[in-house]
Amino acid sequence: MTDRRTPSRARIAPKPALRRFQQARWDEKLIFELGSPGERGVLPPLPDPAVTAAVGSPADRLPAALRRTAAPALPELGQQQVLRHYLRLSQENLGADLNVDVGQGTCTMKYSPKVNDTFVRDRRIAALHPAQDPSTVQGVLELAYRLEQLLKEISGMDRVSLQPGAGSAAIWTNVSVIRAHHAARGEAGQRDEIITTAFSHPSNAACAKTAGYRVITLHPDADGYPDFEALRAAVGPRTAALLITNPEDTGIYNPRIAEFVELVHRAGGLCAYDQANANGILGITRAREAGFDLCHFNLHKTFSTPHACGGPAAGACGVTAELAPHLPRPTVEFDGERYRLDDGGPESVGKIRPYLGVVPNLVRAYAWIMSLGADGLREAAETAVLNNNYLLALVRRIHGVSVPYAEGRPRVEQVRYSWQRLSEDTGLHSEELGYRAADFGTHYWTSHHPYVVPEPMTLEPTESYSRADLDEYAAILAEVAREAYEEPETVRTAPHRSTVHRIRHEPLDDPAVWAVSWRAYRRKVLGEQP
Amino acid sequence: MSARVPRTHPYIPNSAPDVRAAMLAAIGARGVEEFYADIPAALRLRRPLELPEPLRSEAELTAHLEELLARNTAVPPGRSFLGAGCYRHHVPAVVDEVVNRSEFLTAYAGEPYEDHGRFQALWEYQSLMAELLAVEVVNVPTYDGFQAAATALRMAGRATGRHRLVLVGEIDPDRLSRIHDYVRGVHELVPVPAEPAAVRAALADGDAAAVYAQLTDFSGRIDPELPDYIELAHAAGALAVVHANPLSLGVLAPPADLGADLTCGDLQPLGIHPSFGGGNAGFIGSPDEPRLVAEYPSRLFGLVPTEVPGEYGFGDVAYERTSFALREEGKEWVGTAAALHGIAAGVYLALMGPHGMREIGETVLATTAYARQRLAEVPGVDLADPGAVHFADFTLRYTGGRTAAEIAAALLERGLHGGTPAGEHEGRYCVTELHTRADIEHLATALEEIVK
Repeated sequence: MTDRRTPSRARIAPKPALRRFQQARWDEKLIFELGSPGERGVLPPLPDPAVTAAVGSPADRLPAALRRTAAPALPELGQQQVLRHYLRLSQENLGADLNVDVGQGTCTMKYSPKVNDTFVRDRRIAALHPAQDPSTVQGVLELAYRLEQLLKEISGMDRVSLQPGAGSAAIWTNVSVIRAHHAARGEAGQRDEIITTAFSHPSNAACAKTAGYRVITLHPDADGYPDFEALRAAVGPRTAALLITNPEDTGIYNPRIAEFVELVHRAGGLCAYDQANANGILGITRAREAGFDLCHFNLHKTFSTPHACGGPAAGACGVTAELAPHLPRPTVEFDGERYRLDDGGPESVGKIRPYLGVVPNLVRAYAWIMSLGADGLREAAETAVLNNNYLLALVRRIHGVSVPYAEGRPRVEQVRYSWQRLSEDTGLHSEELGYRAADFGTHYWTSHHPYVVPEPMTLEPTESYSRADLDEYAAILAEVAREAYEEPETVRTAPHRSTVHRIRHEPLDDPAVWAVSWRAYRRKVLGEQP
Repeated sequence: MSARVPRTHPYIPNSAPDVRAAMLAAIGARGVEEFYADIPAALRLRRPLELPEPLRSEAELTAHLEELLARNTAVPPGRSFLGAGCYRHHVPAVVDEVVNRSEFLTAYAGEPYEDHGRFQALWEYQSLMAELLAVEVVNVPTYDGFQAAATALRMAGRATGRHRLVLVGEIDPDRLSRIHDYVRGVHELVPVPAEPAAVRAALADGDAAAVYAQLTDFSGRIDPELPDYIELAHAAGALAVVHANPLSLGVLAPPADLGADLTCGDLQPLGIHPSFGGGNAGFIGSPDEPRLVAEYPSRLFGLVPTEVPGEYGFGDVAYERTSFALREEGKEWVGTAAALHGIAAGVYLALMGPHGMREIGETVLATTAYARQRLAEVPGVDLADPGAVHFADFTLRYTGGRTAAEIAAALLERGLHGGTPAGEHEGRYCVTELHTRADIEHLATALEEIVK
C-alpha cells in the first residue's frame, strides 16, 4: 500500500512498451448531411452596379439550353462548419508527419521539411501565373534550371525534364521519348515490344501498353533477380526498350544490370531506369554508370516533397544528349545573364503537363537537395540503407515472417517480406495483419498485384526515422504476429481502435449498388427519385 | 567541448556517429559498405557528386531561397489579365487551412483503417463535383486538364471500338499537343471548325469514337452550338466528350444535361493557387453506366457499410479495371496524380455552395462582358468575335498597326500583365471576379496610350 506521505503517490507509471493508440473517431457525417438552406461558407464579390447597368445579364444572350436552370445540389454550410468538418476528417487521417511511416514500402515516406512548405506558400510562387513575362519570373526559372543541373549530376544524364506530374507520368514521358527516338530512325513500326520486370512498378507495363507496345514481363529467377536468360530470349529486332527498376521493389540490387543494358543495346533497344527506389543509392551509383539512356526520379519520394494524399507530386526524366531533342517542351535555358523558356524543335514529344511542371514541388526538391549537398545526399542514402538492414534484422526474428530470395544478401532501400508461414499456421492473411497494425497508429502495405511474393509486406524506413522509431515499428509487428498465433480473433476482427471497423467490400464490385457519389447513393441505394 | 558535438543533419537522426555505430553493431555489420556489396565496382561513382555547398542551417537555406523568390513578381490580381488555362481567383482561407494540414499534406496511400479521412474527403470531392457536373461518377483527380481530356478520349475510343476523334473549335495548342501525344498510333485526330456543318461532314466519314467540344473555347467563347455537336455525335454513334471550366457551371448548363457522355476539364479555378502552373488538376465525370465506368483508368472511391451500423466505409469501385490490379491489362495506368487538389476543390465547393457558384459565375460573366465592351471602345481595338458571349478569357484585335508583342511589352512597362499574342495583331486577355471596374478602366487607359 502506498504511503500517503511519500513522493511515490505522485509518480506516474512508465509508459507501456507499446503505445495505447486510439485513432480519432468523430463519427462524422457526410458533408451533404450538414448545414441548412441559407447558410454560406464564403461570399464571392458581386459585380459593381455600374458594370451590371452597362452589360445587364450576359447569360440572357445565350441559348436557353446553355443556361443552368437547377442550381447544383451542393450543401449549404457556414464557414466554421465547413472548416470543422474537414479538420475532423484530417484528424481521421495518419499523415507521415504523425506516424512512423515505414510501412508504405516503395513509397519512400521520408520527412518533408516544413521550411520548404513556407517557400511554396509565398505569393512569389503561389500567385505566379505561368504566362507571365519571363523577365518577371527569373527566380522560378533559375530555380528550375538549377534543379535540372543538380539532377543531371545526381543521375549522370545530359538533360532532365521536370515537367511530368508524378512518377507514372514520368514513365509515360520516357516511353513517349523512346517512341519518338525509334520513329526518327524509321524503326517505329518494327520495334513494337517493351520489356519490363515483375518487380517494377505496374505503370512501367501499363504505360508501355497504353502507348501501343506489346509488353513482355521478366519474372524473377530463383534468387529474385530478373531472369537474364528470359531477357536473352525476349530481346530482338522488335525490342523498343527495357524499363527496369533497380533495386527492385524487393530491395534487391541486380548486380548484372549493366549486362541487361548491354544486351538490349546490342539489339538496338533503349534502356530506361525507373529510379523510384533511388533513395538508397544517391551518390553511390547512377543511371549513367550502368549505361542507361533514360531514367526518372519521383521527386515526392527520393527528393522529399510531400505525398499529398496521392499528389500533386512531380517526376523528373533524365536522358542522354542523343535523346534530349525528344524531351517535352519547353526547356529552361540560360545564356549567362537571363533564363528563358525554349520551345524546342519538331522532335519534341510536345506537352506532357501544362506549363513547366508541378512548380511547388520543384521548389521543395531543390531546397531539399541544397540543404544536404553531396555529402548529405550520400549520408541520406547510407542511413536509409542502414535503417533498412537494421529493421530487417529486427523483423526477421519475428516468428512467421520470412525474407524471400537472395538468402544472406543485403537489401538496399526496402524489403519485401512474406508472412506465408504465419498464414499457413494461423489462416490469417497479410492484409489482416495490416488492419491490426492500424490499431497501433501505423501504416502497413502488402505489395502491388499480382502478389509474386506470397502474403507480402513491404517496409522502407528511409533515412528519416530514428532508431527508436524503428524499434517501435518492429515491436508493433512482433506484437501483431504474436496475437496472430495466440489470440487470432483479435487480428481477425481488427481494427478495433481505428476510425471505422471492418469494411464490407462486396458492393464496390456490384454495378447495381456501387456509389461513386452521394447522387448515385441516393438514387441507387436509398431509392430516391432524381 | 561544445565544438565536438556532432552537427548531425536534422533530417537524418541516425547519422549521429554514436547511433550509427550502435546500429551497425546491433546488426553485426562492420560498415554500411557491406550493404552495397551487390553493386559492382564498375558501376560505382568513384568521386563525390559535384553539387553546390550545402546550406545545412534553416536560416541559410531560407536566405538562399529568398534571393530566388525576390526575382519573381507576384502581380496584384487587378493588374494581371492572364488566363488561358490557369486563373487567378480568390482562394478562401479555409481551403488553404485544410490542404496545408499535415495529416492531409503528408499522407499517401494508406488503407481506410489508417486514412479514413482521406477517403471520405475524396469521396466527398467526387460527390460535390458530381452535383456541379450533374453526373453520378467523378474520378479521383488525374494530373491536369490536359490528361483529363486525353484520357476521356481514349475512354471513348475503348467504349466504342472506333478510331477517329473529331475535335471541334479552338483548342489550347498545348492541350492539343498532349492529346496528340497520348492518342498517337491509336486514334486519328480530326480537327474541325466550330460549325455544325463541319462536324456533320467529319462524322459522315464514319468510324468516329468521339466528338470533343468545349463549353468555352481557348478564347473563352461560349459555344452556342454545343447542343448540336452533342446531338450529331450521338446520331453518328459517337460519344460526346465535353471540356468545361468548372467555375462557370453555376451559371452555364453542365454538359451532361446537354447529353455529354464524358465531361472533363481542369480543377485549378476551384480554389487552387496558380503556382506557375503547379495548381492544375484534371477531372472526368460521366453517368453511372457500367460500360463507361469500366473504362476509367483512375481510382473511383465508393461508399459502403462497415460492420457497425451508421459507420461510413470507403473503398475502390471496380478495382479490377485498374493497372494497380492488372498491370498492362488494366485501363491505361493509374498512379499518384493530384489528389490533394481534389480535396481543395471539394472544400471550395462546400464553402461556395449552390448560391456562391451561381454568384461567382454571374460576376465573371458580367465582368467579362463589361471588359470586352469597355476595351472595344479604345480606338484601334476591336473584339475578335464581337457577337459572342465569353467567360473570363477573350481576345482583342489591334487595328492601329502595332503588333501584339509590342503592345504586351508596353503594357508590361506599365505594370500590366496581359495581351499574350494570339496572332500578329491579336492579344489574349482574361478577367475574373477579382477585377474591379477601376482595374478595367486602368487597362483601357493604358491601351488608349499604347495602341493609338
